[in-house]
Amino acid sequence: MRVAVCMKQVPDTEARLRVHRDGSWIDEEDLAFVINESDEYALEEALRIAEKSGGEVVVISLGPERVKEALRKGLALGAARAIHLKDEAFLGGDALATGKALAAAIGKEEFDLVLTGSQSDDVGYGGTGSVVAGHLGWPHAWLVMGIEIEEGGAHAKVTREMESGLNEILRIALPAVFEVQAGINHPRYASLKGIMKAKRKPMAEPTLEELGLNPEGVGSAGSRIEVVSVAFPESGAGAEIIEGDPEEAAQVLVDKLRKEAKVL
Amino acid sequence: MKIWIVLEQKDGELHRMSREAIAAAQGLAAATGGGSVDAVLLGGGIATLAEKVAGGYALGSVRVADHPNLAAYTPGGYVAALSAAIAAAAPDWVVFPHTYQSVDYMARLAQGLGAGLLPEVTAFEEDAQGLLFSRPVLGGKLVAKVRVRGEGTMLLSVQSGAWAAESAQAGSGELVTLDGDLAAAKPDREILGVEEVGGEQVDLTKAEVIVAAGRGVGGADKMGVIEDLAAALGAEIAASRPVIDNGWLPRDRQIGSSGQTVAPKLYIAAGISGAIQHTVGMKGSAVVVAINKDPGAPIFSLSNYGIVGDLHEVLPALTKAIRRAKEL
Ligand SMILES: Cc1cc2nc3c(=O)[nH]c(=O)nc-3n(C[C@H](O)[C@H](O)[C@H](O)COP(=O)(O)OP(=O)(O)OC[C@H]3O[C@@H](n4cnc5c(N)ncnc54)[C@H](O)[C@@H]3O)c2cc1C
Ligand SMILES: Nc1ncnc2c1ncn2[C@@H]1O[C@H](COP(=O)(O)O)[C@@H](O)[C@H]1O
Repeated sequence: MRVAVCMKQVPDTEARLRVHRDGSWIDEEDLAFVINESDEYALEEALRIAEKSGGEVVVISLGPERVKEALRKGLALGAARAIHLKDEAFLGGDALATGKALAAAIGKEEFDLVLTGSQSDDVGYGGTGSVVAGHLGWPHAWLVMGIEIEEGGAHAKVTREMESGLNEILRIALPAVFEVQAGINHPRYASLKGIMKAKRKPMAEPTLEELGLNPEGVGSAGSRIEVVSVAFPESGAGAEIIEGDPEEAAQVLVDKLRKEAKVL
Repeated sequence: MKIWIVLEQKDGELHRMSREAIAAAQGLAAATGGGSVDAVLLGGGIATLAEKVAGGYALGSVRVADHPNLAAYTPGGYVAALSAAIAAAAPDWVVFPHTYQSVDYMARLAQGLGAGLLPEVTAFEEDAQGLLFSRPVLGGKLVAKVRVRGEGTMLLSVQSGAWAAESAQAGSGELVTLDGDLAAAKPDREILGVEEVGGEQVDLTKAEVIVAAGRGVGGADKMGVIEDLAAALGAEIAASRPVIDNGWLPRDRQIGSSGQTVAPKLYIAAGISGAIQHTVGMKGSAVVVAINKDPGAPIFSLSNYGIVGDLHEVLPALTKAIRRAKEL
């Protein structure tokens, strides 16, 4: 199996976020970035499939120079090659524009399977993988919690998460795009050997021209939606915050839970 | 403006978020010139539901696609059925409830139609340049204001809880058949079955007190503070998704959109940020207490009481205070 994995780099969920001076997005200076959570699970699933069936995993990311770090991590974990869509024109796209560019890169080669995450932890459109599938003309499934490739590799048995604790079991023809949900497996850690080997693995940087794309059709220019500002939500009727050191605060809370809320 | 809404149904019942989406679509119609909203209903054997919808809400029409190909949801069937009809009528907006099902096919539908995609809208407002839509980003820590550009149909989904179902205007609509060849709208997969996640479920819905652990707990070896507090309270232990994904607790302890929905007397959320996928499963709790080191964590906005601090200091102190109180 030749498996492509789309990986996005996103701000670390632990990071303290600040809104940029111009208000249009968060301030990315000094911000820690990581591989999007569900994409890490997608990569692990791809590595397992390739290890079982023989084949290779190619990691693909669209983003500025910094995303090389995410790709290098993917290579250290076991991907054979990386593709970096780094041209300025690719950036700032919605799910449709980003999916179009990723599909163009994937469509240049022959893959049996494409895995993406289910949702990006920053903009969270939950649709980029489905757009990739649409361009390739392949079936897709979102929120995938299990993939079993059938003997011969023509079909996969897929577990898809539904609402309220139910899973749907599907049989889907390959090639396909599966949008992997966090929790499908337990991702491995990179070994020192893997990190050393990653340095010699190829990283391609295809241009718009090489992918047959126009700058007007991708990135922010090719998008139907535009984020004009971000802000911290108004806290509204928020919690009563109990101050004091942990001991004091705990005591006050218990008193309130007993006397005010009457739940203890 | 021509506004459509695609209602979601299962086994002849509307999905609870369908009504919220009707309210949102009616609001959008009012804000953009006051036209009526046309509804679309897809499925197999849904004639009774279609009549109920047409007799229940203020809609221009209810366009029904009732066909065995659509009896079970598949992206192949739904996208084909909707593409033809949307392409023919070219509505400006098509509104969906933001459900697991609609997210599964909306982006694919938009791509195929050459339409735009605006998922997970929580509000809209008007300014001098037109409509501005709000949607959560970065796990709900921030709200983005988004503008739509260019020409052509936009697909928009409405987040759970953003519009009140009760504000959907009652009235009636004309029952018609959705345009297109439904025999050609074929499923693109075989459905082998449906199973419960994690098999036997621990039933958390009956718990009166729940202590819920989030990623902020920091590891399987650090769950002791949660266990101690739960023991002192006689509470059930639950968790946000990452705790389960990391294997710190079994999957049947998950609260949220893909886990259980609970409404205890007291819900203590420790190290949980408060993403919508979690809060939909616990917002019915009578009293919510949040313990989080980040004063800006969204969980505080739907809690009654909060302590800002390190849960590894606060929870042991809380356990002690509860034990003391119980001795009195
Ligand atoms: C389709 C889909 C379905 C999903 N279904 C669910 C679901 O059913 N249930 C669910 O929960 N999630 C679900 N999620 C995931 C959800 O979007 C969030 O990612 C998740 O709820 C975040 O969990 P968390 O709050 O524990 O972690 P984080 O968002 O990482 O928050 C951790 C919090 O802990 C705080 N913290 C860290 N250290 C400490 C400390 N020492 N003391 C105190 N506080 C600390 C941090 O300030 C932060 O607020 C789903 C996501 C998708 C895309
Ligand atoms: N810039 C990107 N580079 C690579 N993959 C991406 C990018 N944006 C989105 N994806 C993939 O698409 C998935 C869904 O993203 P989204 O539609 O933004 O929620 C992510 O989990 C990634 O796998």
